[in-house]
Parts: sequence; structure tokens; C-alpha cells
Amino acid sequence: MTILVVVEHDRGVLADASREALTAGRHLATTTATPLDALTIGAAADAMVAELGRFGVSTVHQAHHDVLADYGPEAWGAVVAAAVEQLSASVVVAAGTDRGNEVMAWAAARLDVPFAANCTVTTPGEEDEKMAVTRVRWGGSLLEEATLTGAVRLLTMAHHAVDAAPAEEPGRATAVSMTVELDDSVSHSIVRGRVERVAGVTLATAPVVVGGGRGVGSADGFAPLEELAGLLGGVVGCSRAVTNNGWRNHTDQVGQTGTRIAPTVYLACGISGAIQHWVGAMAAKNIVAINIDPEANMVSKAGYAVIGDLHAVVPAIATEIRRRRGT
Amino acid sequence: MRILVCVKRVPAPGARINLTADAQAIDTAHLGFTTSPHEECAVEAAVQLVEGHGGEATVLTLGPVEAEEQLRYAVSVGMTAAVLLPIDGADWDPQRTAAAITEVVRRLEAADGPFDLILFGNESADAGNFQVGIRVAHALGRPMVNGAKGIAISEGAVHVRREADAGQETYELPLPAAVGVKEGINLPRYPTMKGRLASKRVEVERMEPDAETGGLRMVRLQRPAERASTTVILGRGPDAAPAVVDLLDELGVLA
Ligand SMILES: Cc1cc2nc3c(=O)[nH]c(=O)nc-3n(C[C@H](O)[C@H](O)[C@H](O)COP(=O)(O)OP(=O)(O)OC[C@H]3O[C@@H](n4cnc5c(N)ncnc54)[C@H](O)[C@@H]3O)c2cc1C
Ligand SMILES: Nc1ncnc2c1ncn2[C@@H]1O[C@H](COP(=O)(O)O)[C@@H](O)[C@H]1O
Repeated sequence: MTILVVVEHDRGVLADASREALTAGRHLATTTATPLDALTIGAAADAMVAELGRFGVSTVHQAHHDVLADYGPEAWGAVVAAAVEQLSASVVVAAGTDRGNEVMAWAAARLDVPFAANCTVTTPGEEDEKMAVTRVRWGGSLLEEATLTGAVRLLTMAHHAVDAAPAEEPGRATAVSMTVELDDSVSHSIVRGRVERVAGVTLATAPVVVGGGRGVGSADGFAPLEELAGLLGGVVGCSRAVTNNGWRNHTDQVGQTGTRIAPTVYLACGISGAIQHWVGAMAAKNIVAINIDPEANMVSKAGYAVIGDLHAVVPAIATEIRRRRGT
Repeated sequence: MRILVCVKRVPAPGARINLTADAQAIDTAHLGFTTSPHEECAVEAAVQLVEGHGGEATVLTLGPVEAEEQLRYAVSVGMTAAVLLPIDGADWDPQRTAAAITEVVRRLEAADGPFDLILFGNESADAGNFQVGIRVAHALGRPMVNGAKGIAISEGAVHVRREADAGQETYELPLPAAVGVKEGINLPRYPTMKGRLASKRVEVERMEPDAETGGLRMVRLQRPAERASTTVILGRGPDAAPAVVDLLDELGVLA
């Protein structure tokens, strides 16, 4: 029996979210006195063995197969399922990323076992095949306490739910190669092409986000927000009311079904602060709400607020910045 | 083309989610209901594909009988048929939901021929289990990718584009296939007058779902701890600008 962590990496560089999954997996392994194993899929896996050892992994299983050169949800899910069977894993942990959730769902489907996505807490159960988890719902607006019952339990850890930490007594991991049989059908959903992202400030990484909501009133109404964002080296974000109106592209949407932002400052202009918007904005270090309604949820949740018409306030801020810079 | 879209009825909470006293559900006493946003886009994608390639598009849901509202809405924006798998009380777990949907898809396909494409949302808005679509696709032996931000059909395959950390990825799945759609793939249209009439007339087919309980069981819901906040009011109207800029300076984002 073993606890298996499925590791996500980019050409041998371990993903942050996987460090968290490893930490969660180690806690489960320690409390149940079960060895901790890791599974890496694809090339460049050797680069990670030492670090996996520091996280408490005893054996790293390296799956190789021609089909695995590039990502494919079915193929990777099939490898996880095969590893569970070969190693008699009782619990499998992965990161709650797009890929992590997708691969685990495929593995769970193949094995016909339960899968809990985006857990924040995992507790080994009193009974052998039953464990308790707390998991994220509504994109983080709600939590669900649940039980996960089965001879094999699959779960992913929500990003940032646990702090990644190496083992107190770092060990040395042994790498072994794992051979898997894959049927042809799994190659039907392998990545066929790729377009690399152009470097630059993105909504997810920008230090300043100037967000606009229904209060902006039109697509043209965003020009002053663009200008302010430009002065601050930031980008413009928006609410779903704005994307639904066709005023901005969905790539600018902040929230449960948009992007999670974490800027130093979020200026939320004419946004009421619905819970689905808030979950995407709450990681901002500081929030300044600009709203005509002093009772708006965004105003009461923000650290700072200006009560007033954004069409007057936003240009005034830009003018003041230019005045101080002498431009 | 024959397309099936699976949607879920979910409450539409505003500023705050309140729970029932027993913490088993969201208190929906004062709430409206909607379709999960990703699935609204899946419906729009199906309607566009049928407009481009001909054929028919069926919308399906497993839920309370009130979920007919969401099925009829989907018809009002262009879906051509609707199927309800009625259940009483609480949500079914993801394994059970997937097994029930799979079995009904088999029945529908036995009667009217296979679906070339089955569309799901990337994840349901409320439960976010990230698995019902994949389980159905696996049980039916069809390829599937999740997270689609672009979808096109040509030469017996569905071409899918999606966003990854490093950039965009493209996939090519032979039909019949399944795809999980993400919001942003398109801008869902509003119902037309003609659509509204069609939605009133459409016969919602009811098919009793039957499947065994799976291994994930909800115990109770919980609201996450809220960050306590006292809001500093920087001012009113444009006169507040200097105070805002002082703050931006202090936070180090002005330089
Ligand atoms: C499942 C689900 C997922 C969702 N996902 C998202 C998501 O990812 N992102 C998202 O944003 N929403 C999401 N929503 C929608 C969300 O519930 C709200 O409907 C939406 O966020 C509201 O946008 P808004 O604040 O711009 O509009 P409103 O709620 O209409 O608020 C407009 C605000 O502007 C203020 N205002 C008006 N005029 C002015 C002015 N001249 N100057 C200053 N202030 C002014 C008003 O006082 C008000 O506070 C989701 C909903 C559901 C059901
Ligand atoms: N009760 C349901 N009825 C119909 N489709 C569903 C239901 N639950 C989930 N789905 C579909 O499966 C997708 C993934 O759901 P989930 O696994 O809950 O995240 C959703 O976006 C829907 O397309």
C-alpha cells in the first residue's frame, strides 16, 4: 500500500501547486504510517528526483511511453490508473489545476472510484476505506465537508490551501522506471499544436488592476480606466455584467468563471461585488472601491472606498497622477 | 449533426450565499436560478454548430422538475429538443449523476442514432466536481478534452483550442467525441420572440434516471471565514483624487 502523488511539471520544473499536493500527501502518509510515492509522466523527470526526496517521497515512478511525449488527458489518466493498480495505491493526490483535475477525473473514471476535486483539508478516517475531506465549491465561495469512501480514493488539493513545505527530515528518493500499456484510443486527445504565450503583464499577474463593472455603462466608457491602468503599469479587468453586454472580451473578466487576480491594488469601479466576482478579487492585497452606492457589497468589503460617480473620479485620479509627475 | 448538451440548474446568489439551518443546501428562498455559465456557452456553441452544419441539438439535465425552466430557456436560444431526468431532493453525487446520464444517452442513441458531439461545462458552478462529463465520455468510449475556448468541426473531427499556462493548445478528436466548454468561448445570445414561442411549445421528454450511489458524499456545507474589514472612506467624488493618489504612492504602485 502506498500514497501516491501525481506530479505536474514543466520540462522537469516542479509546479508550485504540486509542492502543495506533495505536502498534503506527506501529512496523510505520516498519519497513516504509509510510504509516500510520486508519479512523474513524460520526459525530463530526472531533474525532479532530488527535490521530491526533500518533500518526503521514497520512490519516484517515472512513466515513459511514446504517447506521453506531450500532454493528453486520457493518456495521462490511463497512466495514473495503471500506476494505482501496479502500486496498490490507497490514496492518490494531485494539484487542483486544470490538468490535475482533468487527469484525476479520467483516472477515476477508468478505475470506477470516487474523486474529490479541490480539497482544502484531508483527514484519514477511523475506518480503513473512508476519509473526510473539505472541498471548495462555487469557486471558493462555499466549502463542503464530505466523506470519500472506496478502496482507492482520488483527490486534488485546491491551490493555496496548504503551504508547501519540505519534510522535516529530508530523505532521498529512488527513481524507478514504470512501463505502462496504453491502448491506441488514448492518443485521440493528445495536444496537436501549441502557441506560446507572448510575455507581458497579464490580468493574473498585474501589480495593479483597474476593474470596471456595469456602472461603466458602455464599451467606450472604459477609455478612462485604460488610461489610469496605463499610468500605473497595470491592466483593465471587468465583471461578468460587462462581458455579457459585449463591452469587453471575456479574457478581462475577474471571478469564479473568469480570472483570479492577486494585484497589490485592485481599483473596482462601478462593481457591486457579487460573491462570484469577489472570489476572483479577494486575493488582491488592497482594494479601492469606487461606487455611487455606499452600501454596495464591494464598498463594505474593500479596505478603501471613494463614494461617487466613477466617470468623474477615475479621470480625476489620472489627472492628479499626471500633475504630480509633471507630465 | 446530432449534438447533446448537458446542463445543470443552479441558484444565482448575489452578494452573499446563505445556507439552510441544517447546512445541507443554499437557502434559495429569495434567489432566482440559472444555468451554470460554462454550460450556457456550451448551449450557444451547439446552436452555432447546428446553424453552420445542420442537424439537431438536444439539451439534457438531471435535476428537480423545476429544472424544466433551464431546459426551456435553452430551447428559446435555439436548442431543438429537451430531456429531463427528474430527481427529488438533494443533488446526486458525481459518479451517480454520470452513470445516470450515460444510461439515458444510450437509450436516446438506441432510439434516434448516435450523437456526433456531447458538450458539457468545464465544471458545474455549484458542485465543481470537475468529473461528470469525463466519466460519461469514458463510459461511452469517446475522447474528450475539457476547458475548450474554441471549437470547430471539419472532416469527421472536432478541433478544440484551449488555454494552458504556457499558451494555447489545440486538439483534434475524431467524432463521435465529447468536449467540456469554458465561458468565453462565445457570447451567449438572448432569446428571440420565435425562440420564446418554441420554448413554450417544446415537449420536454422525461426519462427516469437510475444509478447507484458513488463514494463522494456531502456531509454539510460551510461558509469560509470572512476577512474582517473596516472600510476607510477616502472621500466623495473627484475631490477624493489626491487621497487616492497618496494611497497608491504609499502602496508603492505609483513610481
Ligand atoms: C455561477 C455564476 C458565476 C458567475 N461568475 C462571475 C464572474 O466570474 N465574474 C463576475 O464578475 N460575475 C460573475 N457572475 C455574475 C455575478 O453574480 C454578478 O451578476 C456580476 O458580477 C455583477 O456585475 P456588476 O457588479 O458589474 O453589476 P451590478 O451588480 O449591476 O453592479 C453595478 C454597480 O455599479 C454601481 N454604479 C452604477 N453606476 C455607477 C457610477 N456612475 N459610478 C460608480 N458606480 C456606479 C452600482 O452602485 C452597482 O454597485 C456569476 C454568476 C453566477 C450565477
Ligand atoms: N445534474 C446534472 N445534469 C446535467 N449535466 C450535469 C449535471 N451535473 C453535471 N453535469 C455536467 O457535467 C459538467 C461537469 O460537472 P461537475 O463534475 O459537477 O463539475 C457540468 O458542467 C455539466 O455539463
